[in-house]
Amino acid sequence: MITIIDYGLGNIQAFVNVYNRLNIKTNIAHTANDLQGTTKIILPGVGAFDYAMSQLNASGMRDELEKQVLENKIPIVGICVGMQILAKSSDEGKLPGLGWIDGEVKLFDTSKINYKTQLPHMGWNSISPVNDHPMMIGFNAESRFYFLHSYYFVCHNPEDIMSTTEYGINYASAVNRENIFGIQFHPEKSHSNGIQLLHNFANL
Amino acid sequence: MLYPRIIPCLLVHNKGLVKTTKFKEPKYVGDPINAVKIFNEKEVDELIVIDIDASREGREPDYKMIENLAVECRMPFCYGGGIKTLAQAQRIFSLGVEKIAVSSVAIENPQLISEMAERVGNQSVVVVFDVKKKSLSTKYELYTLNGTKPTGIDPIHFATEMQKLGAGEIVLNSIDQDGVMKGYDMNLINRIREVINIPITVMGGGGTLEDIGGVIQQHGIIGVAAGSLFVFKGKYRAVLINYPTPKEKEELIEQYFLKKWDKR
Repeated sequence: MITIIDYGLGNIQAFVNVYNRLNIKTNIAHTANDLQGTTKIILPGVGAFDYAMSQLNASGMRDELEKQVLENKIPIVGICVGMQILAKSSDEGKLPGLGWIDGEVKLFDTSKINYKTQLPHMGWNSISPVNDHPMMIGFNAESRFYFLHSYYFVCHNPEDIMSTTEYGINYASAVNRENIFGIQFHPEKSHSNGIQLLHNFANL
Repeated sequence: MLYPRIIPCLLVHNKGLVKTTKFKEPKYVGDPINAVKIFNEKEVDELIVIDIDASREGREPDYKMIENLAVECRMPFCYGGGIKTLAQAQRIFSLGVEKIAVSSVAIENPQLISEMAERVGNQSVVVVFDVKKKSLSTKYELYTLNGTKPTGIDPIHFATEMQKLGAGEIVLNSIDQDGVMKGYDMNLINRIREVINIPITVMGGGGTLEDIGGVIQQHGIIGVAAGSLFVFKGKYRAVLINYPTPKEKEELIEQYFLKKWDKR
């Protein structure tokens, strides 16, 4: 059973659809109670950093989420801004992030990007897995996913980086520490590669 | 490395899909959900759906239809049509839409662009420019309400304004080229591309994959959208939802993009 956190940041149904196709059960968490007994958690996100944090804080789910993730070590994956709020802070906002993975979120430095088109980083880009973590099964340096963001995750501990992507610089497109995962791209909107990644998460 | 995007654009009219010519003569081409299912199988880069009735009729977006489409889409989904307020934009986001496109409201109430960008992040705020060439002039003009209302606004200047306010992408739609399938207005694309550095998706005139390739060759990272090309087949415009196969797409990218733009 995969629990998808509904804190008002879109995309919930896209994950449900993918898992329906895979015959994997999902439930949607609207309250702390819905997180009881969860075994896998998805923290989706389309939106701005501060809006995401304030919605999560206001959802009434944060304490229970922290208990499940930090004490019970339930696997969680944050997607897009859901990944970025795993960091301590972001250039995009003033609110502190969850701080579960040591890092900060920065705005791309456009002077390093060769293309005339610069920000947001929008479209299909490849990822390079840096280790053979089970989350990366089936992917190589040619595997493309859909990206849509202007800010990126800077890991303070390089060993937390699970994959890198090139956009002017090589940055962390996926991060992992213990049971906590962050994915900058949108697996729920990345056709077969995305389905594979969400399947990998379900299989952890 | 990042790739250019090749995007089908679908128009909704009376709950059905249509394709227009120069923004007129809507021809019925099928059912929206069915088209999305086909585009899923073809693994399209993105999908744009525009409800061409909503703003003209002054009504709310059709949330039920948007939700049904968003649920079906396994690719990034951009919706436009009838969005006038932040509340409407947020409601559409909550239905699972990645990008929200506005056009007339960007002219009537430009501040909304900033408000939307602050709330949903600028990456998701798309402004659609419906552009017509002025007669006997090299200048262009922005139109609203499905190309019926001239605004007197110069799209080149307006593009910089929209970028400043926080728009994350501009969809540049040429009214003159719409449905004509004779190629994109390269001059218009060049002029807008020169003045802004947010992503652009261009639309209007795509008749062959070579037309798309030409835009990509010149601009590298860009979104190239087409309607007719992906819904019609042959000179009699028989309705057939289509999209380049993975192999055709790789060849197109190799020929028009990697050869010139791959600096690895």
